[in-house]
Amino acid sequence: MPKTIIEKIWDQHLIHREEGKPDLLYIDLHLVHEVTSPQAFEGLRVNNRKVRRPDLTFATVDHNVSTQKSRVSTDPVSVKQMTTLEKNCEEFGIPLAGIHHPDQGIVHVIGPELGLTQPGKTIVCGDSHTSTHGAFGAIAFGIGTSEVEHVLATQTLWQRRPKTLQIKVNGRLGLGVTAKDLILAIIAKFGVDVGTGYIAEYTGEAIREMSMEERMTVCNMSIEAGARAGLISPDEKTIAFLKGRKYAPKEDFEEAAQRWLSLATDEGAKYDRTIEIDAESIEPQVTWGTNPSMCLSINDYLPVPEQLDNPEECKAAEKALQYMGLVGGAPINEIPIDYVFIGSCTNSRLKDLRDAAQVIKGHHVHENVTALVVPGSFLVKAQAEAEGLDKIFIEAGFEWRESGCSMCLAMNDDIVPAGKRCASTSNRNFEGRQGSGARTHLVSPAMAAAAAIYGKFVDVRKLSKTVLV
Amino acid sequence: MEPFKKLDGLVFPLIRSNVDTDQIIPKQFLKRIERKGFGECLFYHWRFDDNGNKKQDFPLNNPKYEGASILIAGPNFGCGSSREHAPWALQDFGFKVILAPSFADIFFNNCLKNGILAVTLPEKVIASLQDKAEKEVLHLSINLEEQLIYNHQFSISFEIDEYQKHMLINGLDEIGLTLVHEEKIKNYEMSGR
Repeated sequence: MPKTIIEKIWDQHLIHREEGKPDLLYIDLHLVHEVTSPQAFEGLRVNNRKVRRPDLTFATVDHNVSTQKSRVSTDPVSVKQMTTLEKNCEEFGIPLAGIHHPDQGIVHVIGPELGLTQPGKTIVCGDSHTSTHGAFGAIAFGIGTSEVEHVLATQTLWQRRPKTLQIKVNGRLGLGVTAKDLILAIIAKFGVDVGTGYIAEYTGEAIREMSMEERMTVCNMSIEAGARAGLISPDEKTIAFLKGRKYAPKEDFEEAAQRWLSLATDEGAKYDRTIEIDAESIEPQVTWGTNPSMCLSINDYLPVPEQLDNPEECKAAEKALQYMGLVGGAPINEIPIDYVFIGSCTNSRLKDLRDAAQVIKGHHVHENVTALVVPGSFLVKAQAEAEGLDKIFIEAGFEWRESGCSMCLAMNDDIVPAGKRCASTSNRNFEGRQGSGARTHLVSPAMAAAAAIYGKFVDVRKLSKTVLV
Repeated sequence: MEPFKKLDGLVFPLIRSNVDTDQIIPKQFLKRIERKGFGECLFYHWRFDDNGNKKQDFPLNNPKYEGASILIAGPNFGCGSSREHAPWALQDFGFKVILAPSFADIFFNNCLKNGILAVTLPEKVIASLQDKAEKEVLHLSINLEEQLIYNHQFSISFEIDEYQKHMLINGLDEIGLTLVHEEKIKNYEMSGR
């Protein structure tokens, strides 16, 4: 019987199945960071347990780290959390890319970059954006701290077999329209809970056309559509990306590549549900509210709550507009902005920085705007600098920072002040996400760069054709 | 984990949809390395203003809900970040049961691992319970064994996964259960799959 990649990977990792119970699954890779792990390690200590497979576990610091050159955190509580991870890794024998390590970076950037992320793997991390790794054809999902402890102790997890959701993207994206615009448009169209209870597979021409970095952007935001995991069947692009990576197979790479390709969803395989979207119809997106489905095209007008049919939606829109300091009916492209953040596990890879640099080149950041670029990893930063991207950003008036999660969730000092408005390439526009009272608009890197120049949202497609990517 | 069998408690209705875990517990409180003490940070920016004073317009600050242990929430409760600090905060504040039309997947699992009973009920039932809890003072009894939510006026039965029910009622340590399958885990590792 033809199978989806989801069923193939699931079945391969099944350790125990029993009527009326979840499946017991083996976990191939466990990524760990400082915020969601300390209580799990403490649990191990209390119960006198060991980490079963430190060799399948990899840790880094990302959420709290300072992105300043000095890397010195001002908050002693942050420092304690990071040193706690260092101590735990040492005690339990877990490899750690610490703050000054050349492999350090956002956990969802370094996994693929180091070749730890591979097709067919089951990958977990105490972080909901673990779905990112699905871009390689892995079942990758976020877990809570109790589950972190469970995986550390047993290298397994009890999981209900999820339903399968196909998200089919027909046709190709237009010029100046990116992977970020696609995933935002999907969430806007189908809602923030369309994927609840499912693992999603993205299929269709636009997905096949995408680079691995773009695929990671799409899979990253699966959780914003409610799907814990979202993946893409591996193809030649997946193989090419992984070849030569630090932890990718070496002499048996070809053999692994063949095995990986065979995981792709079989012709005729059935999904529990399929939803479709036309790529051609998608325009650059800007979120206007306080969840990612509150999103419109750049040339649209803000919703007028009283005109919405559904009373729930009307109330939610009213609340969101109030929090965002916006008035219904106003055009999106006249919203002035104060901050621009280019970074996060959604959009901080080399391609994202290139996209933004291409727009910003030869221009200057608007006088009302504070703008920063935070590369996703030590390596991304080095590569960008080798290409001279840092100079383009710095000359334009951007701050060029060290890697980390930074202003996506503002756990370090990179905070958007209350009442200020930020064009952000991150993944969540929740109330207070980038700082208490801060107002977030999610956009693509190119759109964020354009907003930095003009001090408001502009349609990146209207800029000179040469800057389009 | 403490077993969950029965509970009699006061209801607090949170009439909002898509409440994300950033709202349940904002990130500035995720830096602690302990499991306890997160209750005071629950719904922080809804409960307190920038000076740390209680906001009068947030219903949880209304004395009539003091001591509430049953939260009735809107659809897609607990979406967003996987932070287990969210159920820790709810539990530390005093909530032991959450009723909602739907939950986000990771949050739902996190509740179970901490002995919080999360129950899905039809949207209409939730709306009517929320309405009652808002207009009056609503006390409910919850019997997990019988799968019943009731008071002196009505009784509602609910569905729950048998495995989850078993875990909650017995307050089981899941790691201990898993280690029963040690042989199978070892065989899997040896097989080089």
